[in-house]
Order: sequence, then C-alpha cells, then structure tokens
Amino acid sequence: MSRLVISGNEAVALGVKLSRVQVVAAYPITPQTAIVEKIAEYVEKGELRAEFIRVESEHSAMAACIGAAAGGARAFTATSSQGLLYMSEMVFWAGGARLPIVMAVVTRALAPPWSIWCDHNDALSQRDSGWVQLWAESVQEVLDMTIQAFRVAEDEEVLLPVMVCLDGFILSHAYEPADIPEQSAVDSFLPEKKPAPYWLDPSKPAAYCTIAAPDTYMEFRYEMYRAMKNAERVIKEVDEEWCRLTGRSYGGLVDCYRCDDAEVAILLCGAWAGDAKEAVDILRRKGVKAGVVRLRATRPFPTEDLRAVVEGMDALAVVDRSLSPGLPSILWSEVRAALYDSVKRVYVKGFIAGLGGRDVTPGDFIRIVHSTLEGFRRGEPGEVEWIGLRGGESGHH
Amino acid sequence: MVTIKELTREEYWLPGNSSCPGCPAALGLRMLGKALEGKFVLVVPASCTTVIQGIYPATPSRVPLLNIAFAASASAASGLRAALRIRGLKVPVVVWAGDGGTADIGLQALSGAAERNEDILYICYDNEAYQNTGIQRSGATPYGAWTTTTPLGKREHKKDVPMIVAAHGVPYVATASIAYPLDFVEKVRKAASKSGFRYIHLHAPCPVGWRFPPSKTVEVGRLAVETGMWILYEIEDGVLRLTGRSRVLLDPSKRKPIEEYLRAQGRFSHLDERDVEELKRYVEARWRELKKLLEERGGCLR
Ligand SMILES: Cc1ncc(C[n+]2csc(CCOP(=O)(O)OP(=O)(O)O)c2C)c(N)n1
Ligand code: SF4
Ligand SMILES: [Mg+2]
Repeated sequence: MSRLVISGNEAVALGVKLSRVQVVAAYPITPQTAIVEKIAEYVEKGELRAEFIRVESEHSAMAACIGAAAGGARAFTATSSQGLLYMSEMVFWAGGARLPIVMAVVTRALAPPWSIWCDHNDALSQRDSGWVQLWAESVQEVLDMTIQAFRVAEDEEVLLPVMVCLDGFILSHAYEPADIPEQSAVDSFLPEKKPAPYWLDPSKPAAYCTIAAPDTYMEFRYEMYRAMKNAERVIKEVDEEWCRLTGRSYGGLVDCYRCDDAEVAILLCGAWAGDAKEAVDILRRKGVKAGVVRLRATRPFPTEDLRAVVEGMDALAVVDRSLSPGLPSILWSEVRAALYDSVKRVYVKGFIAGLGGRDVTPGDFIRIVHSTLEGFRRGEPGEVEWIGLRGGESGHH
Repeated sequence: MVTIKELTREEYWLPGNSSCPGCPAALGLRMLGKALEGKFVLVVPASCTTVIQGIYPATPSRVPLLNIAFAASASAASGLRAALRIRGLKVPVVVWAGDGGTADIGLQALSGAAERNEDILYICYDNEAYQNTGIQRSGATPYGAWTTTTPLGKREHKKDVPMIVAAHGVPYVATASIAYPLDFVEKVRKAASKSGFRYIHLHAPCPVGWRFPPSKTVEVGRLAVETGMWILYEIEDGVLRLTGRSRVLLDPSKRKPIEEYLRAQGRFSHLDERDVEELKRYVEARWRELKKLLEERGGCLR
C-alpha cells in the first residue's frame, strides 16, 4: 500500500486501473475530462490492458459500454451534466438490460444558463434508470467506491449498472492524501471479470433486448426492482468486506456522523457533508445535539436504514443541491416519503442550496439547523427554504 | 462468383417470424445468414427488424443478437467488438440497421465508428422510409415518393449514405440489392474477409411502404437496378467498380426507362411529368458522375 496526494478525478482513474477494467468508452466534458485523460494515459503506457474507444458522443459512450458489457467485458465510462443527459436513453438501456457497467458522474449543473459548477440535478435526473447511485464524500472514498462499484454491479444477485457520483470541482479537483491499495489486494477483492450469466456467446446464440409483450414486460421490470432491493444488502456486505481488507468502512448505504444521541440532523449526499460535519462540531460545542446523515446511496434509497437512524430525533434538515420545479426538491420529497410510515414521524424541513456551485459554508449549515429546530418548535410545515438566495425568497434577484 | 448451389441449405433466420409477406428485411437476413453460415454476431437498432423477430421469448435468429436503441448500433457494435477481441474471438460483428437508423438518427454514431475504422461490418437495409413506425420519410427516401409525412411527395433527393461512408476512407463500401442475392452474398463474404470498417448498403423494396403487391419485391428490386435508379458497385480501398447488372448500364441506352420502376409502385403514382423529369435528371447526373470517375480516374475516389 502506498499513500499519495491525488485528486478525486485521479482517484476514479486509479480505481478503474486497479479494477482491471477491460473496455473504456468516453467523451470529454468538464469537470470529468481528467478521468478519461488519465485512463487514456494508463492504456497508452500499457499500465492498464484495456480497449479505449474514443467515441464521438456520450450517447455512443454508453452504447459502446453496453455492447462491451453484453460481450462479457468489464466496462467503464465517465461523464457530467449535459453529457449525462445526452446519453440518457442509453443510461436507461443499460439499466433495463441489467449490464454491470460502472460510470463516474462528476456532478455539474445543467444548462441553461451554462454552468460548469457543482449541482446534483444531473445525476438525480437519472434516478429511475435502474442504476445504483452511490455518492462519495472524500477522495479516498471515491477511490474505494469505484472499486466497490464493480463488485456491487457484478454481483449475480444485483447485475445492475452503478454510478459513482462525485461533486464537480469540490471533489473532482480537490487534492487529498489517499491510501492506494495493492493490486494484489484489489485482485483478491474483485476477481477478474467473468462474463455475466448471459452474454453474446457465439457458441450459445440468444437474442437480447427483444420485444416483451404486456404479458412479460412487467416481470422484467420486477426483476430489476428486486435486483435493486438486493443491492441494499450487497452494498453493505461489500463495504464490510472492504473494511476487513483495508480497515476502511463508510457505513453501507448511510454514513451517520454524531447521530447516536442527536436531536436534529442534516441529511444530504455528496462532498459538502464535510462542511455539514464541521457545522455539527461547532453546534455540539454550543450544546446543540446535532448530527449528519449522509446518503451514500440514493438508489437503492435506504428507506429502512434511514428510519432506524432518525428514530428518536426531533427534526431533520434535508439539504438538496437539486431542484424539481413544482415539487420542489428531490431528496426532500424522497426522505419524507420514506419516513411517512415511521412509528414516530420526525419533523422534516427542506432546504435548497448550492445550485450551480453557489458556495455553502459551515455557517450556512448552522443556520439550516437553527431554522429546522425553530420550525419544529413552532410546529410549522416543513416546507422548502432557499439558502443564500440574493435578496431572499421574496426579493429581487 | 458464388452460385446458389454452393450456398448452405441451413437457415439462420428462421421462417415463422413476424415479417410481412414479401418482406425484404427477412429476405436479406436470410441471405446474410447463409453468406456467413451463421458465424457472426448481430446488432440491430429499432426498426422493422426489431419487430419481425417476434415477441419474447421467441426469436428467429440462430446467431447471437443484441437489440439496441435507434441511434446506437454502430457504437454498441464497437463496444461489442472490443469485448470479443478481449476474449480472443474473431467472429464478425454485423450491424443490421434500417435507413432511418443509418442515414438519419444513427449517422453520427456510424460516422464515428467509420472514422475510427472500427472492425465491424455495417449493413443498412434500405427500404427508403421509417417503415416500422408507419411509412414516414427518411433521409434515404427518394425524391417524389409518397410517405405519411410527405403526402404530396418528398421534395428532396435521397441522401447518398454509401458515398458519405466512403468519404471516411474505410476499407470497403458496397451497394447491393435483395433482388441480386448472389451479388449481395459475395459482397458480404468479401467484406467479412477484410478487417476495419466495412459498409454495405442493401436496397430493400418494401411492399407495404412502397405500395406494390408482396409477390413483387424482387421484381421491383430488379427494376430499380435495371432503370439505373439503384446502382450496384463496390469500393475497395478507395477504388470504385460497378458490379453485377450495373456493369453494363453505363451506356444510358441499356437502361430501362425509369417510368417502369415508378409505375410498379403506388408511392410514385401521384408524380407529374415535371417530377419524373426531375428524377430522370438526377439519375442521369449520378451516372454521368460515375462514368467520369471510372473513365478519367479508374474509379479512384481518393
Ligand atoms: C430515439 C427514438 N426515436 C424514435 C423511435 C421510433 N422508431 C422506431 S423504429 C423507427 C423507424 C425505423 O426506420 P428505419 O431505420 O428506416 O427502419 P425500418 O423500420 O424502415 O426497417 C422509429 C422512428 C425510437 N425507437 N427511438
Ligand atoms: S413494413 Fe416492409 S420492411 Fe417492414 S416488415 Fe413489413 S415488408 Fe418488411
Ligand atoms: Mg427504413
């Protein structure tokens, strides 16, 4: 094992190399580009024995990964924002075809207006595609998660594609020291790719992705739904096994920070959990029993784990870096739905923050916690509040 | 020259599939299967060929087949090729796509794969419209043809996809017609014997969309070639040569009048004299270009 200072993007590329990916097809887009540049370098230098397909678009990148995975290869791509939306048809195809592809999504805002900065609307727009969606907080976690993603994807109880989501710039371009596992350790954790039970084996001809009439289509979808259920268990098992190998565990589907005796918690996903944790430390020093619930997976949505974690809390602040105009935000509505059946329902207030890369500080998270506790005490409806909006919600912008 | 007797009696695209009577796609797939004796892997985008496979769990295909989204066949085939290469499998990866999936929505992926010189054989079966969705115009629909989105006849000429592909400088491009199966089989075999990006554009008269009786598929296909509306050629390493029936048609007097082709199909029934003249002008111009290319440059495109 060695320790290196690397960026989030380099961590993805290293994870891909250590996972002995066989086919990479990708197209450049900021802030993801450095990942595929690095992988191209590995391939050119012979450090990674893979086919690198320099496709002409993201739609083709995912199509090529689908072809590769259908041919039994371990396939990888990476994208962001417009690229993810452009490939969306094939993203859903990969999910429906149950192909264990791994994709890094370096999260970035959607245009217009153009923005290259961090936002979660790109990844979350694909939440019903049948992809497992994992979210990292640190460079180390990006590296570990990339390797774990292949284990989850290729598990025969799962056989679903996996997205590793990392925040654009905040994580993709942040340099942190990381422990790099030995190749032999990764090889023992992630054996060489065997073809999935079904692939385009020339010696066993079969037709894939044909038409399913109404009397069979639902069963295909039900299988996908069940596979996603299985992923809940597999993600946890893989996390535990990784811990036995490296000493690092991230908590499976949810990472709980100072939650044990917490009366209020901030719930979010992504790298800004670090700022939320800092805010919680400050609040704790002032006597506020606060914690952070970081979703490591948004698909499968950790309904049961979430209920267990927030049980006994008074209030939960759900902070979204995404928008669903008319709803108005994604995690907020998903969390509320997940907690609806709790025995004692926790008060949930929503916040929209950090869209298009707007800075969110520990101070903002402290204000978020106070606002949540105030709403709880006053018995106000937990409607969504915008954070850091110029001129406030009723002001002129 | 292959003869019909040399072709295997084995069927790789089984009868009993869901194609319409007289379907050129089913005919072409049958010939393709025989040409390569079932030793290939197919990639099929959204098209009539999705539908004629029938419904899960049935399939008429005796070769492995990956159905894929409309615009994605050339790129999915690129990925599949890479995966098979890793496994040490040399079996040809063949795309079987419609004209819509080739000339229109799939053109970008096709161009990308051609430019990268991917080791795949791409066959476009050209029934000159989006037949699967009910006969809408495509970039490959000829001038004047009725479709449901060109009720008064298309105002633009057919997009010349084989020449667009040839402009990528790929090792092999050919046109073919389901009406000349042995010419097609030969081209498939020649293409399969090469590596890199290979393209065959297969003219495929569709009785449903072109409005002719299902028993006339081959006849209409022949008329297309005999009138010079469709030209059989191949381009090997940048050098074009006419093949089959088209070899003798450089001389305009050898070509049947295009009216014979037009009259055989309901989709051209509304054409007036000016339309027919426009089509003639177009066909003559294409032949003149070819003649010039062949006589002045020995068919050398580059
Ligand atoms: C992205 C997308 N747009 C539209 C369709 C609907 N669609 C399916 S097949 C088809 C037409 C296919 O035409 P062509 O490629 O010429 O094949 P043909 O049906 O004529 O054999 C269309 C428009 C689709 N499946 N996917
Ligand atoms: S519409 Fe034409 S191409 Fe499509 S299945 Fe019927 S005959 Fe074949
Ligand atoms: Mg067509």
